[in-house]
Amino acid sequence: MNLDLLQKKLLAAARAHPPTDHVPVAFEKRILANLPTRLAADVSALWARALWRAVIPCVAVTIVLAALSFVPTNDSSSDEDLSQAFEQTLLASANQLEDSP
Amino acid sequence: MSFRATSAPSLSEAVAFAIVAKKTSAILPRMERTEAELIAAAVNGDPASFEPLIQKYSPRVFATARRYARLEREVEDIVQEIWIKAYQKIASFRGDAPFEHWLMRLAVRTCYDFLRGHQRNRESAFSEISEEEDNWLERFAAAPEATNEHAEAAKQLIQRILDQMSPAGRLIITLLEIEDRPVKEIAVLTGWSVPLVKVRAFRARAEMRKILARITQTKYL
Repeated sequence: MNLDLLQKKLLAAARAHPPTDHVPVAFEKRILANLPTRLAADVSALWARALWRAVIPCVAVTIVLAALSFVPTNDSSSDEDLSQAFEQTLLASANQLEDSP
Repeated sequence: MSFRATSAPSLSEAVAFAIVAKKTSAILPRMERTEAELIAAAVNGDPASFEPLIQKYSPRVFATARRYARLEREVEDIVQEIWIKAYQKIASFRGDAPFEHWLMRLAVRTCYDFLRGHQRNRESAFSEISEEEDNWLERFAAAPEATNEHAEAAKQLIQRILDQMSPAGRLIITLLEIEDRPVKEIAVLTGWSVPLVKVRAFRARAEMRKILARITQTKYL
């Protein structure tokens, strides 16, 4: 069977029978009746969608930070520096009080 | 009768007249508003201003939806979805192209979503081919050139084949081959790039050929 011709004939058949553009009676009323409720429902849907989208970046950032916290640092003195700096900052006000006459 | 017509109106007639006058005064300004004004009012949250737009463009939207869904219930659901999406996204309409173009883009993409959603419901067996379709194919096999493509059986057969196709294939065949739209326009309607439209058109034709080959093999070989 000639498939090319069959295909052409069938496509011509589809072109020859365009669908009707009939609109059911008072269809616009049905649409209008549905508009406000759908809009109200969509606010929560938008929030839900945004929160779900935020899940992946949040998890990714958590994993990266967790991985970084486990990475050993080469400079062993950095921990001491950090603790000293932290202590100085914390006790800065006490030191000022001691120094003041 | 003539006496009644010239006499003073009764209370009920006066009330009815007042109601009609009020309704007319409420509707007439809305009808006279331009499309841009109606859209602006819809953007500002006035759903009633959407009604004239729905009335004007619904025939076109229904004709589009009927290309992709067979059951009238499904068609109505698709059209409703299109209009609700249009209302929700009306703020994104910039007005640099006609509203109808923007709406048809939305319509085509909603129809595509419908096809993808109902992919599992596609027909799978050719045993359901009706006797009329079978007879039409037999007539085609006997005299290909003389077969009438305007026959109802040919319409049913192409509908059955389109139902068998993948969503993208069906969309492309409908837009490109049946509605005779240019590739660039299809790219705009679907949101696909021009090369992607061409690739999908090539695949869709091959897919359709494959389905036709399957029909003719099972029936005539």
